[in-house]
Amino acid sequence: MSVTAPTRPGPTPAYRPDRKKKSRHVYNVVGLVAFVAMAFPVYWLVVSALRPNQEIRSYDQKLWPDSVTLDNFQRAIAAPNFGTAIQSSLIICVTAVAGAMLMATIAAFAIGRFQFAGRKAFMIVLLVVQLLPPTALLIPLYLQLNELGGLNEYWGVIVVYLVSTLPFATWMIRGFVVNIPKELEESAMVDGCSRMGAFWRVIFPLLAPGLAAASIFALINAWNEYLLAYVVLQDNDKYTLNVWLMNFSTSRGTDYGALMAASTLIAIPVVVFFMLVQKKMAAGLTSGAVKG
Amino acid sequence: MKAAEPPVPGLRQPGERPAPGPADGVSVPGVATPSSTGSTPSPAGAGIRGKRNAGALLPYLLIAPAFVAIAAVFVWPLIKTVIMSFQDVGRRELWTGDPAPWVGFEQFTNILGDGEFWDVVWRTLLFMVACVVATMGIGLFLAQAMQRMTNWVRLALTGALVAAWSLPLLVATSIFRWFADSDYGVVNMVLTKYLGLDFRGHNWWLDPKQGFLMIGAVVVWGAIPFVAITLYAALTQVPKELEEAAALDGAGAAGVFRYVTWPVIKPVFQMVATLSVIWDFNVFGQVFLMRGNKPEPEYNLLGLYSYEKAFESNSFSQGAAISLITVLLLSGVAVYYLRQLLKIGEVE
Repeated sequence: MSVTAPTRPGPTPAYRPDRKKKSRHVYNVVGLVAFVAMAFPVYWLVVSALRPNQEIRSYDQKLWPDSVTLDNFQRAIAAPNFGTAIQSSLIICVTAVAGAMLMATIAAFAIGRFQFAGRKAFMIVLLVVQLLPPTALLIPLYLQLNELGGLNEYWGVIVVYLVSTLPFATWMIRGFVVNIPKELEESAMVDGCSRMGAFWRVIFPLLAPGLAAASIFALINAWNEYLLAYVVLQDNDKYTLNVWLMNFSTSRGTDYGALMAASTLIAIPVVVFFMLVQKKMAAGLTSGAVKG
Repeated sequence: MKAAEPPVPGLRQPGERPAPGPADGVSVPGVATPSSTGSTPSPAGAGIRGKRNAGALLPYLLIAPAFVAIAAVFVWPLIKTVIMSFQDVGRRELWTGDPAPWVGFEQFTNILGDGEFWDVVWRTLLFMVACVVATMGIGLFLAQAMQRMTNWVRLALTGALVAAWSLPLLVATSIFRWFADSDYGVVNMVLTKYLGLDFRGHNWWLDPKQGFLMIGAVVVWGAIPFVAITLYAALTQVPKELEEAAALDGAGAAGVFRYVTWPVIKPVFQMVATLSVIWDFNVFGQVFLMRGNKPEPEYNLLGLYSYEKAFESNSFSQGAAISLITVLLLSGVAVYYLRQLLKIGEVE
């Protein structure tokens, strides 16, 4: 490219900013269109949840709500098994995430701090299993849980959720481990700590923010899973929130007002948690920018 | 579970600081030294550790729980899928626990000889290609536009992207189903009222082509945030001076992109594209939930077809064999992905 017009004079100062400004307007329009396209479904979720039912069942849908009501939320909460569904979701997700974090932290410490035969292979396994289609594992897992008596039991779902979040959590925590200076541990060991003692007393506290981020990711994943829970949990009072939500669509039709209200309720904790981590992630992503 | 994105090279994991050391200052994804994700571990604390034998065993003890768990919930089911594909596990074996009879390659000959299976394979491929092209195209375009727009517009767009990204798949799918409702859906309303087309009471699901348009919309909409934000992060690592120098040397916008920008973002782009291929090939929930947990045969993609065989027709072996074929079809892409990661030095 550089061979063309080497003697061409640089663009005049008046010309360039002007052209830039003009193209900036175009890109701003692109940005706003994209904003509307990405945000509209979220907007419609909230608007539909807050609309009175006669507006939802209207052939003339308006883009703005005329009035706002909490009726849909009341109907959603009054739907059978809402309370037990919250309970199930919490029991399953919290147990699974706590277990996953424990196992992931020590495994991440091992691959982040030690050199040992098989380390690389283990890391590759961590990546490969994340690429397996979840539906491919569903059939054998279902049969295995059936054999072990894990169908319709919390523990069956917990075990699968725990291990499903494990590879990613390990990988993520490893990223935090390798960024903690080794000297900290070494000085603790000079002062008489054992290897694991140094880990628990020195590294673990420093890992806390990383662990928080990893557990939020794991929690979101577990919270969002629906298929395994749908297949494994059969009793109405054991349904997780997602399976409960799936029951809003019956063969006779769907109460969209209540469905949107229930969806909003389920999405709120996820969105809040996600925003917390996303900020961290965005900061981490942009901190690598070239700033001289 | 899809939302857990495997690491993308060059982009730091949350909170991960740029590695101190040789690559100081200028760290460009993929182009940077292999140590870009952390210090290369030297023999851990070699001078300090006294008990060599105990130390050598320690890492294995530490990974043991995770290793056993992954073997039980990922590896064993995969082996079991292979075994089951050569058996005939049906409802009876499920309830009684009787050993299933061995049938050799019968499941495979049945499946491969079935015209419906090939329809499903082509449909899955076509749907995957369409979704990946749309996602990557729009994602890259948005990422580039984000570099050039005013700050507040970019902030607003980022907010919308993150909100869309954070929405659970189940919720997103419910919204799009509500969009496409034949009587009260907003899509029909907008097309009728604002574009002057007669879409009143139009049913989007009668014709699978139109139905897949809706399903594709939810898939692409849900995938764009990850792609756009990741590519934008990669674009911010392109040295401004190089772009300006190329422009001064007479390169047009296309030339700057081709010779300066693209080489820098290529590793990230390839990785994101590969992940998109894998995810979109495995699309399940969007179809399953849009079609009320019981998709019509015309809406079957490979995952759904396998699920239907196993859980609706109670032919678990057929389902397992179809899963196995799916995994084999994808293994090439997965190997490519891993080779990229290894090449870049992500696995160090």
